[in-house]
Amino acid sequence: MSDAGTRDPSTATRADVCAAALADCFRADGEILANPIGNLPLIGGRLAKATFGPQLIMTDGEAQLIENVMPVGVDGAEKVVSHWNPYRRMFDLLWNGRRHVIMGASQIDRYGNQNFAFIGDPAAPKAQLLGMRGAPGNTINHRTSYWIPAHSARVFVERVDVASGVGYDRAAALGPAGRFHELVHVVTNLAVLDFETPDHSMRLRSVHPGVTVDEVVAATGFELVIPASVPESRVPDTEELRLLAEIDPTDLRGAEVKA
Amino acid sequence: MPVPDKRVTIDDVVAEVRDGMTIGIGGWGSRRKPMALVRALLRSPVKDLTVVSYGGPDVGLLCRAGKVRHTVCAFVSLDSIALEPHFRNARQSGAVTNTELDEGMMLLGLQAAAWRVPFLPSRVGLGSSVTTLDPALRTVTSPYADGEELLAIPAIELDVALIHMNRGDVGGSGQYLGPDPYFDDLFCGAAKRRFMSVERIVDTDRLLDEGPPQSLLISRLMVDGVVETPNGAHFTSCAPDYERDEAFQAQYAATARGDEAWHGFRAKYLDGDETAYQEAIR
Repeated sequence: MSDAGTRDPSTATRADVCAAALADCFRADGEILANPIGNLPLIGGRLAKATFGPQLIMTDGEAQLIENVMPVGVDGAEKVVSHWNPYRRMFDLLWNGRRHVIMGASQIDRYGNQNFAFIGDPAAPKAQLLGMRGAPGNTINHRTSYWIPAHSARVFVERVDVASGVGYDRAAALGPAGRFHELVHVVTNLAVLDFETPDHSMRLRSVHPGVTVDEVVAATGFELVIPASVPESRVPDTEELRLLAEIDPTDLRGAEVKA
Repeated sequence: MPVPDKRVTIDDVVAEVRDGMTIGIGGWGSRRKPMALVRALLRSPVKDLTVVSYGGPDVGLLCRAGKVRHTVCAFVSLDSIALEPHFRNARQSGAVTNTELDEGMMLLGLQAAAWRVPFLPSRVGLGSSVTTLDPALRTVTSPYADGEELLAIPAIELDVALIHMNRGDVGGSGQYLGPDPYFDDLFCGAAKRRFMSVERIVDTDRLLDEGPPQSLLISRLMVDGVVETPNGAHFTSCAPDYERDEAFQAQYAATARGDEAWHGFRAKYLDGDETAYQEAIR
């Protein structure tokens, strides 16, 4: 997969399709911090920066913002640093709305309420997960997308145990305080979903090549909005495949999504 | 140099921490944690602590040793190991309760305490479960024309703050030389008693030898005691002095699998004093 030679789009893997879909999350963004979290989201974000989004700025994974397209998972890769961005400064950017984050989710419901904090009783959880982290503040202040590497009815649930990330119904209930809330895409190993429906309930936007609508429906624990015609997710072109080999030389994406 | 001499011992610091206190611990995840001070707390008889932290192994160790009743943490992580296993066990068994809050809410809560105001308003937290999980939280309505309703994030007042810096002087001026100050100055601002361990105490007129003025994060006006603890953040990172000891951290994390593993680890590394610890990890 990490062959640097020319690849025909017909050889694109599921992981390549996921990377392109994750890149596309940032397509409508202006000059913001593209902050995808996790290997495949990071690969997608770097692909966005390398193609349609040169104005995007990204982190080095710690306290600096960088301008070059750094490969993922390569120790000592060159970085072109343009800003000091320790944690406290990160809040200055995100509370100002200058960021689009891609987070994970242990649970997500039809309105995009997301949980990665814990499962079960708050006093003694069945599973202590990440905690609230920055999800409440992210989702109420700027654009958010999600990456779900294993689409299943355990993740796509009727009701989340805890809302760490704010969904559309909860944001609407806030009135003006919810005005900066916007969920863009939910990208999974099977499909791309969005909230472009009258009541912002989750819609199937596209299925990845080789996946059927029925498979997505079966792997989703609530009723998805299914358009009359569901397109296939786009396949990255030859140039994108070449860039992916540069951005992800050790094929971390293939390790994350196997199909 | 005419600065006060605030040098203390690790035992002096621990003597300040009493049952039921709220203590704040600086650093972030498994980065620049005052681990020598945490290790000393593990050996002390103190109990029923409330721990406020951008949590890492400091929180996990204190929970495992039975020192903690409640935590105020947006996360507890070992960075390279996403979930702190001892904290997980403590939460899942119900031994420790946690105030669920956003990372930024914690910043604002500490800032409010440091500025001596009862709360700071923010949109952060609204709409999420933090507002229902903590029934004490209140909103506040803007008194201006917009009339927006915001969350009144309460001040997080600390009895004691513990932080670790790369360099400091005897007066308590503290310097970080790594990439991120984290929130250590706010922890000091929010606390009644403030203690700083440092990799090395240097003469006050040498404080600018290794970093620019803006690396002097900690004002001695915000510090009550300084203690030199070389390698005192081990096994967390303390860049540029040293990186995280990943092998040791993995060994620590594995002790969450059972009592036997933990007791063995504890006997080997934690039951002695800091000198013994530093000998044992050599």
